[in-house]
Amino acid sequence: MTSKNIKNEMLLEAKGLYKTYTQTSGFFVRRQKTIKALNNVSLSIKKGETLAIVGESGSGKSTLARCLLQLLSLDEGELFFKGKNLTTLKVEDKKHLKRHIQMVFQDPYASLNPRMKIGEILEEGLLIHGLGDKISRDKKIRDMIKKVGLEVADLTKYPHQFSGGQRQRIGIARALIVEPELVICDEPVSALDVSIQAQILLLLKELQKEFHLSYLFISHDLRVVRHMADRIVVMHQGKIVEQGSTKIIYEKPQANYTRELLNAIPGKHFKFKVS
Amino acid sequence: MKKILEVKHLKVSPINEPRKVLVNDVSFDLYPGRTTCIVGESGSGKSLTALSIMKLLSSQLKQTGDIYFEGKNISQLSNVEMRSFRGKSMAMIFQEPMTSLNPVISIGDQIKEALNVHLDLDKKHLNKKVVSLLKEVGIPDDRISSYPDELSGGQRQRIMIAMSIACEPSILIADEPTTALDVTVQAQILKLLSNLKEKRQMAMLFITHDFGVVEEIADDVIVMYQGQIVEKGTVKEVLKKPKHAYTKALLQCVPDAKGIKKLKPIQHRAFV
Repeated sequence: MTSKNIKNEMLLEAKGLYKTYTQTSGFFVRRQKTIKALNNVSLSIKKGETLAIVGESGSGKSTLARCLLQLLSLDEGELFFKGKNLTTLKVEDKKHLKRHIQMVFQDPYASLNPRMKIGEILEEGLLIHGLGDKISRDKKIRDMIKKVGLEVADLTKYPHQFSGGQRQRIGIARALIVEPELVICDEPVSALDVSIQAQILLLLKELQKEFHLSYLFISHDLRVVRHMADRIVVMHQGKIVEQGSTKIIYEKPQANYTRELLNAIPGKHFKFKVS
Repeated sequence: MKKILEVKHLKVSPINEPRKVLVNDVSFDLYPGRTTCIVGESGSGKSLTALSIMKLLSSQLKQTGDIYFEGKNISQLSNVEMRSFRGKSMAMIFQEPMTSLNPVISIGDQIKEALNVHLDLDKKHLNKKVVSLLKEVGIPDDRISSYPDELSGGQRQRIMIAMSIACEPSILIADEPTTALDVTVQAQILKLLSNLKEKRQMAMLFITHDFGVVEEIADDVIVMYQGQIVEKGTVKEVLKKPKHAYTKALLQCVPDAKGIKKLKPIQHRAFV
């Protein structure tokens, strides 16, 4: 297969996704309200590309991520991963496919088990999916920890011994060790300082090149998205208001809401240029 | 221009470990009608600096150095004496509006509480004042008896702002007031704050980690790193012609909305 073909190969396709939550309010008089978290959402991710989902809180972007990972069940809609329908697949086959979709979480403090050593955290995924024997697992873990910029000696440490940026590196290593094809990054840098943020963004880009990864990059920060994404999906109140290539969304936004978002970027006119 | 606040050689260290210096020899001035941004990463001492001015540091920390408010040294004042300054001469708003508001008191009553501490108003004037404050921060006055949980994050921050400006302070300290907000709401709150600053000629000390926000709101900028001021100047000087290596490196980490810049992560060893 030539590299051109790889770029065009469809990895994940979502068609007409719906998800509603019901909210109960009131103490003496119960009122029920339904919230459409996903309202007819369709999108697709090609191999090797970064698709960003942007939107404000309550736009449904995290619900979408959880539905794509099948951590939440859909009300309606179809999910295809490499041409196979995930919504109708048997549990056993699904488990095999799900290895290829991994997630990097927002909060590096809450997403690592504090009682497990880093080596154990990385090995867990390999054990669950039955990948390799003890020797090959150990080698894989040692290679991966170096890939994300940490040291082999760190494998015997616990999560609390690391800073936020280092923990995010561990989270990335955990996602990548089972050799996924699609990584869903839910606000991976929003809890980090700006200098650490730059390191993690660059690391994600390097790893993408090396492993031909596709990213679904969820973010509310339109400056970060501009640096990461090939294509952008703009969500508002559960609906997709606009999608297109990064260049077109930023330079010729069609929807009013997109324009509003772009206008709200702090310091948007300023060109940071340091000689 | 006349200084409203002068901070001289401010130092903060833990009482148990006096050798460990969290804020080291920080000096700067605030002027009426100008916004000064303190920008830095977590642990740079920016929030401690703000809290020291209000004398709100935890009892585990000790501050030294002088702080002059309108020429009067307030650094030696007792906690009781400071109370007449807090709220009236200088007020503060925080990052999390929900944790700063009382969930079981209506927002109207909370604003009244802020007014009652310093001003002696009768019931009629009090109500009138609350309505005008709500109007000033852009909250419809039929929300006066709402509770904090009925409001959105942006509206809660507007209530905090109404409470902080209630007694017409001459200094407003804002510690990352928009960090927890959505980007469109952030833009509204930043606009509200700079309008209020302009109208009331307050001096604003604005703490942030976001250079985009700095560009949007600041007149003067102070860059802090590991407890020290590494650079200060007007917003143009610092953002366009940064002098210190740390400022330059930090600016290179900031992704821009145009997407043309190559990100370059900081090598922290270079500055220590």
